[in-house]
Amino acid sequence: MNTTTLDQTYPADWRDFLALTKPRVMSLVVFTGLCGMLAAGVPVNPVIGFTAILCIALGAGAAAALNMWFEADLDAKMKRTAKRPIPAGRMDRQAALHFGVGLSFFSVILMELAVNRVAAAVLAVSILFYVLVYTVWLKRRTPQNIVIGGAAGAFPPVIGWAAATGHITLLPVLLFLLIFLWTPPHFWALSLFVRSDYAAAGVPMLPVVSGARVTRQQILLYSVPMAAAAVAPWPLGLAGAFYGITAAAFSLVFLGIAVRVLLNKASEPAEMKPEKQLFAFSILYLFAVFGALVIDRIWLT
Amino acid sequence: MTEPTRTTDLTPPTDAEIRRRQKGRAIIMAVLLAAFVILVYAITIAKMSINR
Repeated sequence: MNTTTLDQTYPADWRDFLALTKPRVMSLVVFTGLCGMLAAGVPVNPVIGFTAILCIALGAGAAAALNMWFEADLDAKMKRTAKRPIPAGRMDRQAALHFGVGLSFFSVILMELAVNRVAAAVLAVSILFYVLVYTVWLKRRTPQNIVIGGAAGAFPPVIGWAAATGHITLLPVLLFLLIFLWTPPHFWALSLFVRSDYAAAGVPMLPVVSGARVTRQQILLYSVPMAAAAVAPWPLGLAGAFYGITAAAFSLVFLGIAVRVLLNKASEPAEMKPEKQLFAFSILYLFAVFGALVIDRIWLT
Repeated sequence: MTEPTRTTDLTPPTDAEIRRRQKGRAIIMAVLLAAFVILVYAITIAKMSINR
């Protein structure tokens, strides 16, 4: 590693600890966790609800810190990540490890004591999954890494639901599936137009290993079951027409852009308009579908 | 989270800089601990009202 010994005699700034938790990723995690909790449709004490969301956010922050602890060597090789606290030499690697482990235990124990055991158990599984299965085991070994990593990001609505009800039913499992299947198209669209960066770090991202054509096929291949998982709560009677029609409409647009991505033959990032569109729309898609579910479950059914 | 002013510093650490950072961390820690005390108090009250 490329850190100077001089810097490490400085204690790291508190802002660098905050940066370790990837605050921007956390906002999506908090949103889907909150939607999972609200969609459960049972009254939750506001303090307990707040604590549950806080624990989800802290758990996600802990997992992010452990990810940066383990991936400091990779981060140093990519432009996008080279300024993170560890590769930039502002923080000792050991400090990130202690911070991540401490925050993991804190979030899970607080969830167990203040909320319930099911939520705490799923939170613990999601942190372990992200750190051990995704970061340590699969990310550097398989181009399907992002598929497995997506599972870690799919836990928050399940945790939110479990926090509200104390158990897990079919609807939170469908929400898990939705995010799980949404992640590959979302991330592969991005990795198509930032490919060179991953190639430099030697991460086996799908466009690097199998090329753009296969990546575009895989994007559509995941978008179809994703759309099915999104619409499924309606015919299954778990949500009403408002949700069903919103999810169907947004899914159709998503599929439409995915088809345009498939038909695009460009290899230069400048000509990858459909890919950039899909990436941008995928974020809006998740917010719209989850937002519609909450509106539907709270006010309409 | 871009902090262009806090770049890698290659000069030897000075006591003043170390104290400044320690002070910053101590203040944050104090604020977080106070927030945690308030949270635990609120959770206790909430739990008691749920179980009643």
